Amino acid sequence: MSATRRLADLGVGETGTVHLVEGEGAFRRRLMELGLLSGTTVRVVRVAPLRDPMELEVRHASLSIRRADAMRVLLRPSEKVS
Amino acid sequence: MSLPKRVVLAGNPNSGKTTLFNALTRSRARTGNYPGITVERRMGSLQVGDVRLQIVDVPGTYSLSACSAEEIVVLDEILPRQGLAPDLALLVCDASALDRHLYLALQVIESGVPALVCVNLIDEARDSGVSVDAAKLSAALGVPVALVSARTGEGMDALRAAIVATVAAPLRASVALALPVPLQAALTSIEAAVRASAWAKPGEDAARISALAKWALLSIGDDELAVPTALREAVESEREKQPDLDSMLIGARYAKVEELVAASVTRRSEERRKSERIDAVLTHPVLGLVVFLGVMTVLFQALFAWSSPFVDAIESLIGFLQSFLRTTLPEGALTDLLADGVVAGAGNVFIFVPQIAMLSLFIVLLEDSGYLARVAFVIDRVMGAVGLHGRAFVPLLSGFACAVPAVMATRTLENRRDRLITMLALPFMSCSARLPVYALVVAVVFPQGTLFHGFEAGVLALLSMYLLSVVTTLLAAAVLRRTVLRGPRPSLVLELPPYRWPEWRSVLRTVADKTWSFMASAGTLIAAITIVLWALLTYPRNEANETRFAQEIAAASDDGAVAELEHARSESRMQSSIAGTLGHVIEPAIAPLGFDWKIGIGLIASFAAREVLVGTLGIVYGIGEEEDETSVGLRDRLRHARRTDGTLLFTPLTGLSLMVFFVLAAQCMSTLAAVKRESGSWGWTIFLLVYMNVVAYVASLIVYQGGRMLGYV
Repeated sequence: MSATRRLADLGVGETGTVHLVEGEGAFRRRLMELGLLSGTTVRVVRVAPLRDPMELEVRHASLSIRRADAMRVLLRPSEKVS
Repeated sequence: MSLPKRVVLAGNPNSGKTTLFNALTRSRARTGNYPGITVERRMGSLQVGDVRLQIVDVPGTYSLSACSAEEIVVLDEILPRQGLAPDLALLVCDASALDRHLYLALQVIESGVPALVCVNLIDEARDSGVSVDAAKLSAALGVPVALVSARTGEGMDALRAAIVATVAAPLRASVALALPVPLQAALTSIEAAVRASAWAKPGEDAARISALAKWALLSIGDDELAVPTALREAVESEREKQPDLDSMLIGARYAKVEELVAASVTRRSEERRKSERIDAVLTHPVLGLVVFLGVMTVLFQALFAWSSPFVDAIESLIGFLQSFLRTTLPEGALTDLLADGVVAGAGNVFIFVPQIAMLSLFIVLLEDSGYLARVAFVIDRVMGAVGLHGRAFVPLLSGFACAVPAVMATRTLENRRDRLITMLALPFMSCSARLPVYALVVAVVFPQGTLFHGFEAGVLALLSMYLLSVVTTLLAAAVLRRTVLRGPRPSLVLELPPYRWPEWRSVLRTVADKTWSFMASAGTLIAAITIVLWALLTYPRNEANETRFAQEIAAASDDGAVAELEHARSESRMQSSIAGTLGHVIEPAIAPLGFDWKIGIGLIASFAAREVLVGTLGIVYGIGEEEDETSVGLRDRLRHARRTDGTLLFTPLTGLSLMVFFVLAAQCMSTLAAVKRESGSWGWTIFLLVYMNVVAYVASLIVYQGGRMLGYV
């Protein structure tokens, strides 16, 4: 089995399914309230010219987060990258 | 007469809430702040027939959850911990993104507050193949649903009618969430804590208690809120038993949202929105940066150059008014007060209007078109490195023109900590008012042809000052982030909204609102300080000197002699004034920086505005205040000025020390007034005044004393 994939590992145009958001506290709750929940499909729409932050499409809405924060979002390992 | 019914407008950022508010209230609105914090609260009234409703626009938010005093205002508008609940919550959603926008709507509806869902931007949704079935959504939610486009006016009459009808006969919805058993158990004990706390009123209804318990579960922990201790403990102990409570609750809500969307929304195709094609260019690795630089250049140009004809016009108008007063009114203290105190004070306020209006216009256009979010997206990497938010870029850049509009522009930052750090760091940016000071000093101490290792010394000095200002600004932000404004790890959550054409009426109204609110609050403070400064520089007068000058002027033979005498009189007046005395008092403190008491008077006077230093030096050196930085007379006078020990005052070292001081010192009362207004706190304002001046003093001390040690004079 390969190492755990994280949201930050996805390339532009790739899709993944959220497994869980690591850590605790306000920031984790905020990401979840924005729709990043276990089972949610996420697509990387683009990354900024300087590679960070990255723009995601979550539940038909746009959401941009920094790479460091995307590192905390684990993806389901079984998910095939489209 | 009974109070008007209150309608609270809530919705996600980018749901078109402001446009909707403007469309509902027309011109009947006023902007204020929540007490103690700088979160805008806009109120207006909606008149339908003979019914008059009060409309309150609250800050855009993704959820009622809060972790700071400024986020909790939304909760307090909808489920007030004290006072009356609103008569209606008007929940604004983006029709194209109901999958997320309904989360907040659901959260509010659950609480039992009478609600009406307004699905906005319906025209945009239609164009991208999304259709919303209002009847089905309304049936599933149990509250009325209106489809509108606030921009085009589509559906607005029906919305107004629905608002009036729902306020008259509020519908209580009952949305049932499928909550897992452990979550239900936890909520029961948190609800007990809410019921026992001061937040619950006697005879409280169950929906509100339950909503507050859910709110507490998603807000407490990692927060800066004042909540009852027993409630905090209840949440913490439940979370210890079952750490996953928050994701269960959020998951249950999103499951409900998915159900609602499945029942009422159809997407014809998954075709990419027009915005994605535009973004392929505007956030492209190369083209994106080119466009970014282009837009920022235009913004900068607008602040610097396009606003200057207006500034010049205001200045001449002020000058005209002053001389008009002097020629029509009898000479005396009252005339002086009117001309040099009151009119100058009003002038010091109006002078900022062109730049504030220009910057507000740019920001509103950038924000409403959707590009401001892209600016943050493109530059966040750079800003993040010093602990700033991507959105801090526009305020910082504007700081090169003037800190006053720049401080006001920090409103585009959502988080209070980000906003404070930005507004406390940006006054270091070298604003345009410092330029005349640099120009004068450079001309005096590094006349053209002065070379330093083969380079023009004046140019090098000027460049160094700008470099110093940028480096200090970024350094200050990084240090503030790690010290006095330390807090949770800064993170960025940004939404790139679809590109939209700004709606002109809404844009102009926002610009007018911002400009007016500056004049009303910061403006009054600026005008008041101007009058105080004028008094400091004018009184007391030496009556013997006054009589002598009056006689000599009366006896003078020609205009030249009169002018000479008037200049001498101004010089003598300034020396006998409180500021003149203060100049002597502070001399021992500023002597180690290389400054004498005359420069000291200049430092005091330049608190009105930095460039005032030039005119003040003109007066203290007896050649009149009409001199500007290009005046040959003033330069000569300064070049030959001597200290009491006979050595030259304006050596290159004194010049450098003075310029460094002007880069770093907080000596602009208008900036302080703007910071007072935007931070809502005298504490932070005084902090800014003290820390910048300490930095300036130490830096100038190092330059002057270090230079002397190295053998420069």
